[in-house]
Amino acid sequence: MAKEAKFCPGCGHPIVLRFLHMILREKELESKAVLGLDIGCSLLAWDFLPINTFQTHHGRVTSTMLGYKRAQPDSLSFAYTGDGGAYAIGMQSLMWAAIRNEPITVIVVNNSNYAMTGGQTAPTSYKGQITDTNPSGVEGEPVFGPELVRQVNKKAYIARTAVNDPKQVKEYLEKAIEAQQAGNFAIVEFLSYCPLNWKTVGIETNNYLNDNLKTLFPVGEF
Amino acid sequence: MSEKQRQFLTGAEVVVQACIDAGATQMYGYPITPGTEVLTGWINRVDKLEDKMYLQTEDEIAAGFAICGAVMGGKKAFTATAGPGTVLMQDAMSMADGMRLPFVAIIIQRGGPSSGTVIYSQQEVNLAIHGGNGEGMRIVYSPSNLEEMYELTRLTFNNAWKYRFPSVLLSDGFLMKTRQPVELNFEIENVEPTALVSSESQKNIRNIYSFEEELRLELENQEKDFNKMAEEVTRFESFKADDCDELIIAHGIVAGAVKEAMVELENQGKKVGLFRPVTLSPFPKDELNKLASKVKKFFIVESSMGQLRDLVKQNLDSKISIEIDGLYRPAVGIESEEIIKAINKQ
Repeated sequence: MAKEAKFCPGCGHPIVLRFLHMILREKELESKAVLGLDIGCSLLAWDFLPINTFQTHHGRVTSTMLGYKRAQPDSLSFAYTGDGGAYAIGMQSLMWAAIRNEPITVIVVNNSNYAMTGGQTAPTSYKGQITDTNPSGVEGEPVFGPELVRQVNKKAYIARTAVNDPKQVKEYLEKAIEAQQAGNFAIVEFLSYCPLNWKTVGIETNNYLNDNLKTLFPVGEF
Repeated sequence: MSEKQRQFLTGAEVVVQACIDAGATQMYGYPITPGTEVLTGWINRVDKLEDKMYLQTEDEIAAGFAICGAVMGGKKAFTATAGPGTVLMQDAMSMADGMRLPFVAIIIQRGGPSSGTVIYSQQEVNLAIHGGNGEGMRIVYSPSNLEEMYELTRLTFNNAWKYRFPSVLLSDGFLMKTRQPVELNFEIENVEPTALVSSESQKNIRNIYSFEEELRLELENQEKDFNKMAEEVTRFESFKADDCDELIIAHGIVAGAVKEAMVELENQGKKVGLFRPVTLSPFPKDELNKLASKVKKFFIVESSMGQLRDLVKQNLDSKISIEIDGLYRPAVGIESEEIIKAINKQ
């Protein structure tokens, strides 16, 4: 079973991770799965699940996991990352893994800020969002990662959902695994809670997700 | 190859042959002069083979991290790079330092800083040894001719996998482009690769620590392992070094010019010797100090502002006081005439 979470209370990461593990267990794929972790809050998952895991560097999990997959083609290779790791420092690697249709599954947890370092502007921060690095409000538009990946890969499985829609979380993760098994790149973005940096309590956190993230980032398959 | 075969090969061809003979199966790389010929040479040799592959990545960073992933999956993977590419490669090499990954890099030095020049220097010694953050420990070989390059490339793979430290074959574009008759006949048994994680394992591997003390203990173990390995791996060439007044210290291709110069210097009645570290890391410290107590003077010759000199100084016993002079020619080749002139000018 999964170990005690090292994430902050109310964080969305454990939701995604536990669903991932549930699916792997149901499909008896635990031993085949290897979960590579980007740096940021993702790194806290390093001993969360009873499967093979390793930490990598910030923005480099996609490149690492495609190397692993090329070494072990029968494995299930997961690149687990935040929005900063995926769409800022790791954007080049993400796009090229997608362009080459590397058969790996990228899981992006989007909480619209750099959470581990204390709430700086992320590529997914929305216009007007107050952050540590944009105290007067973010001026630009956010990056729509899945939509961007679709431009360079017609075969990939690409989707976005939110952690407060568990049915869809499970369904999209299952499809992303099937895509890898069929030899294709997959990316699923999860709109996720970050109460600590959003400075929200209780139901406010869920409202924040619905009001600020789900209204901006379309959910569904692309 | 069981018999000696006389072949007419370039340095790049020798390296590629050595990688194949070492059992490498995957290469990840990005074209950069003067390293490109190892990438294209490998591709030409393995393109039609099912058990070997290559990937031209979008940059050196992706190449480096793909290697990290591939070696964790148990494949002998490597890259070849140079100059600014060596800088970008440090991100992944630093992860390999921290996680003790058998990362193999063929680094073919070019002139710097910046894009510098594209063929030659000895300016990437520091980067090869100490390019990461923290104090990651690496094995770094510097061959001085093509036959040795073959053997040391084989050893780079073997020792990376045996001792689990990132390992570098450090050369330069002059040696890579040299074409000469070579006899490649080294009976070296390959160390077999093993995966760090597999379907039989359940491991959680990290490179970031919650507490300072955890990291300190990890580094203490790494240092202990490295020092123990050094006893088995450290290698040098010492040529007429025991009975000389002046000991010339050089590495790589420059040592060839030193040997040429020594003939003329001896004719002039000078007693000179050569000490050549073959492993720049771990450095042949004991031999250096032994020689330091016998000779009157060290004379360093290198195509950099003093990266080898600094290594020598770092490794000298603090009790030993010896005069150190040198010929430092950053980013240009050094011919024997210049060495003779420099020694005579003192």
